[in-house]
Amino acid sequence: MNQNVRWKLVLILAVIALSVWSFYPPSTKINLGLDLKGGVHLVLRVQTDDALKLETETTVERLRDTLTRGSVQFTKVEMKDAKSFVVEGVQNDQAYRAAAVDPDAVYNRSSGVGGYTYAMKPNIENQLRGEAVTQALQTIERRVNELGVAEPIVARQGAVDQILVELPGVSDVQRAKDIIRNTAVLELKIVEQGPFASEELAKQAYSNNVPPETLLLPGSGDPAAGAGTPGTVYYAVRRASVVTGRDLRNARPTLDENNLPAVSFSFNSEGARKFGAATETNIGRQLAIVLDNRVFSAPVIQSRISDEGRISGSFTQQEAQDLSLVLKSGALPASLTYLEERTVGPSLGAESVRAGVLASIGGLAMVVVFMVFYYKLTGLNAIISIVVNLIILLGLMAYLGFTMTLPGIAGFILTIGMGVDSNVLIFERIKEEMTTARGARAAVNAGFDRVWWTIVDTHVSSLISACLLLQFGTGPIRGFAVTLIIGLLANVFTAVFVSRTVFELVLGRRQAQTLSI
Amino acid sequence: MQIFTNTNYNFIRWRWHAIGLSTAIILAGAVLIATRGMALGIDFSGGTLVVVQFEQQVGEDRVRSAVNSIPGDKVVQQIGTVAERQIMIRLPQAASVEQGTSLESGSKAIEDAIRAAGLPKFEVVKRDVVGPVIGADLQRRGLLATLVSILAITAYIAVRFRPSFAIGAIAATFHDLLVTIAFLAFFGYDLSLNVVAAILTITGYSVNDTIVIFDRVRENLRSKRRDSLEEVVNTSVNQTLSRTIITAGTTFLSVLALYLFGGEALRGFAFTMLVGVVSGTYSTVFIASAIAIILSKKPKTAAVAAADTPRANRKQKGAKAS
Repeated sequence: MNQNVRWKLVLILAVIALSVWSFYPPSTKINLGLDLKGGVHLVLRVQTDDALKLETETTVERLRDTLTRGSVQFTKVEMKDAKSFVVEGVQNDQAYRAAAVDPDAVYNRSSGVGGYTYAMKPNIENQLRGEAVTQALQTIERRVNELGVAEPIVARQGAVDQILVELPGVSDVQRAKDIIRNTAVLELKIVEQGPFASEELAKQAYSNNVPPETLLLPGSGDPAAGAGTPGTVYYAVRRASVVTGRDLRNARPTLDENNLPAVSFSFNSEGARKFGAATETNIGRQLAIVLDNRVFSAPVIQSRISDEGRISGSFTQQEAQDLSLVLKSGALPASLTYLEERTVGPSLGAESVRAGVLASIGGLAMVVVFMVFYYKLTGLNAIISIVVNLIILLGLMAYLGFTMTLPGIAGFILTIGMGVDSNVLIFERIKEEMTTARGARAAVNAGFDRVWWTIVDTHVSSLISACLLLQFGTGPIRGFAVTLIIGLLANVFTAVFVSRTVFELVLGRRQAQTLSI
Repeated sequence: MQIFTNTNYNFIRWRWHAIGLSTAIILAGAVLIATRGMALGIDFSGGTLVVVQFEQQVGEDRVRSAVNSIPGDKVVQQIGTVAERQIMIRLPQAASVEQGTSLESGSKAIEDAIRAAGLPKFEVVKRDVVGPVIGADLQRRGLLATLVSILAITAYIAVRFRPSFAIGAIAATFHDLLVTIAFLAFFGYDLSLNVVAAILTITGYSVNDTIVIFDRVRENLRSKRRDSLEEVVNTSVNQTLSRTIITAGTTFLSVLALYLFGGEALRGFAFTMLVGVVSGTYSTVFIASAIAIILSKKPKTAAVAAADTPRANRKQKGAKAS
């Protein structure tokens, strides 16, 4: 065997071995899409107008408060719509402007007769909308993780305010949807007693007669003893919340006076007033931070806190970060609506896989019979190159972590039919060359050389449409485009390189004049 | 084995007949779509589609009467074989679907109605609810992707070959698109996401075929300088004929396997591909080269078409007589 051919053969076998190693066993190595595995695909829209409305509401409230406290005369401060508000009946412009500084950072002010009109700055509007979507994304992610779904996807999609959620293998769709869309409710409540090791013990503390103004809530571990303590504990808290997530303005991880990780938060004016009053009268008690009816932590109130505060426990850096994220997410400023829901039951998915495998085998069998019938032994060459093509396709899909979808199976089968095209192109040319060229080898060489640019042109044009398909597509269609693209690229390698090597191998030892074609 | 040995069919002579036949099919499709409307799948029209699997066999009619009380044009259809016991129920887009709750109401109404009718126990194996926002968005993106795809391929051919060839290729591609859509209308298939994916694949496939011939034309133009373009094109079509037919054959066979065994979900896709493969092959031989020739003729482009017709007719009469 020629040295050159030997190296080519080694390369081809290595590629095959690597590919097989990548995708074997396919049941665990190949990612199946929701349409094959079963599960839910949801698209939600974040009502970002809500976030603008909240900002304007808060600003109006604060401005009214500031003006009243600064004794600036006015008749009305009123929200017009989500993005604008008006101030009327201002007597002293100078005093007004000195007092009302805050809104100018967020709103453009225009003067009218005895008043002002404020309109939100476009860049701030975009920023608020963007933040609302990001916060919604984080909230949903957290909730989805709570659902305990394996390999969920939560991502932005299409238009800026759309979020895609994919939950493989979820059968209780309604529950999943409810949990995702439920507005995260953050409440800060004063702890009356607790924590108790169980709900029973908590009830016993009230002689099994819990008063209506008291609420028993579960919480994880003992926050005072550090997060991560196993088990669920119960707190008896006052039903009326001191403040809720709607009063929260921001939360971020920080460090406390001992340089330990902590979470600082800030309230809007209304929240600050309520919180200040409540913390002042409850120094020394525990404050339960309740999220979606679960006590997250219950730090002891050290001093009066008004519009800014800090939660220090024994947090790790990560925990402080998570808690501030949750607090922020909890204060979700926008509601969600569903735009699309697609559910596939696991049995239907399995059925589709079975049908896909059957169709692939059927397609391959028909093409094999046809090629061997038409091209005889050379037909086997084409079959080797298709099979190697499919092996590389599966290997790359698995290696790159792409998802196989139902249309992806169609792409796989199309690769069988269209992949032979390059072989047919070459074989037909070889046949033609056989009539003029001297010997089979020369004909084979001429055949490959003459069609090379045709193969390039056809592959480029197919890749163009496949890439646009990738651009256009949602989940399943992208799977189709991906198989098509990988199939096309692998095809250049198999139809030209592998097929030619096989020819060289067959024709290498003899100066053949004929070829079984 | 060789099916086509040194063929010398005069394909170019038949170009006006071919263009006539294609125009007839496309017009028939257009009339059908104009009168009945193109059936849009749930991906584009929005709405609710539920597939339920019953524990015992239930006829379509019983399910139809069960869901009769739900307003709107409903479609109730058996899926796959009777033994699979699967029935598909489709509801149109409800009027006020923007709110999250009403998006779910359709599928809930279906389930409640079937339960109330006392049909055997069932399981929902598939549920698609698509809101109007998504539907409109997908329509826009599907159209855009198809057009951009055709434009990009045209630009590529114009650069690699000559502009008149690019126009021939784009004409053949549009031809395949329209013929495929016409056949979808004839056979009552919905335009779904999968079908659009197939149509986009067809654009790539059809141009593929055309490129193979054009490549050969370019090669022959260098070696056969004395022949007219018409003759060169005809020779090239003949030289590549067996490749054209065989490739169409293998692609057709694999798509046929998909159509037969691939299951209900991919049937629309497979049908579109079947039509597209046949149309793509036909247009490559008859349409793309014909238009390339017509456009390559000397400046009098507009006059050429008129002047050409009688001559083609004369030739055809001659052929019949002999």
